Amino acid sequence: MSNNLLSGKRGLIMGLANDKSIAWGIAKACADAGAELAFSYQGDALKKRVEPLAQSVGSDTVLPCDVSDEASIDGLFDALKDKWGSIDFVVHAIGFSDKSELRGRYVDTSRGNFAMSMDISVYSFTAVVQRAEKMMNEGGSCLTLTYYGAERVMPHYNVMGVAKAALEASVRYLAEDLGKDGIRVNAISAGPIKTLAASGIGDFRYILKWNEYNSPLRRTVTIEDVGKSALYLLSDLGSGTTGEVLHVDSGYHVVGMKAVDAPDITKE
Amino acid sequence: MSDVADRVRKIVVEHLGVEEDKVVEGASFIDDLGADSLDTVELVMAFEEEFGIEIPDDAAETIQSFGDAVKFISEAA
Repeated sequence: MSNNLLSGKRGLIMGLANDKSIAWGIAKACADAGAELAFSYQGDALKKRVEPLAQSVGSDTVLPCDVSDEASIDGLFDALKDKWGSIDFVVHAIGFSDKSELRGRYVDTSRGNFAMSMDISVYSFTAVVQRAEKMMNEGGSCLTLTYYGAERVMPHYNVMGVAKAALEASVRYLAEDLGKDGIRVNAISAGPIKTLAASGIGDFRYILKWNEYNSPLRRTVTIEDVGKSALYLLSDLGSGTTGEVLHVDSGYHVVGMKAVDAPDITKE
Repeated sequence: MSDVADRVRKIVVEHLGVEEDKVVEGASFIDDLGADSLDTVELVMAFEEEFGIEIPDDAAETIQSFGDAVKFISEAA
């Protein structure tokens, strides 16, 4: 599906883990559209995964970034400024919570994990946009990833749901701040996908089945689905869209009740 | 049983890039085969996909070696 939608554009992909990552679906779509890409990773375990993937889409720009560290984010953008001078888009696919609090009751969330989840999953996007803005070309686009658990209660999603709600709100405020400079800020609310990050969420297979049976399209979404929608938001196709949370979830968010034809499924 | 072991061994060899003869019953993914903590999660995901089974988190944490994986999958599949 090669095209020229991002021809001559340069973008940063943050939060790639492996070839199952949503960030990888987005990166592939961007590369197929002619974009030049840079990738950031946190820690050596991720570095060795990101490097070969980056190489496979023609990128040799793989840089470390710990989003909990202001100096580290500065270092990343300084390096990009040296290399590129300016940037056209940023994809933020980063979130974190203590796995032990992604099960059981939200009410039992600890202060420490609440603060950390908000810092890594919410503030990091603002911190990244803050740096990106300074070197972003007009027509630039920033994108983050969220989930329906921000809007409705999902079993086990807990503090991440609260964090994603804050992330979606920050997308709206960032859109207002950067809009005057012609920079757009949006989020994609992807349906559940079996990624490395999702391995932290309890009963994930059940959640996938439920979505497959009950979403209007009667299937779960793929990283390629998300990649194509991301391409719309990152390219000129989305030139009139900012502050938006675009659902790429087979339509699940419009459903009010179990589908008539959905079989009863029990937790295994 | 041996079929399960062969399929598990193939995944481990491909994922970790280790020699086939290193993947023995008691071989620990982390201590003997050079896996990091993400590899162990990725291996479990690959086993789930290959065998069409679900390996819950608490069970996944007990799968530390090749032998552990074969035993769990043989009982689950």
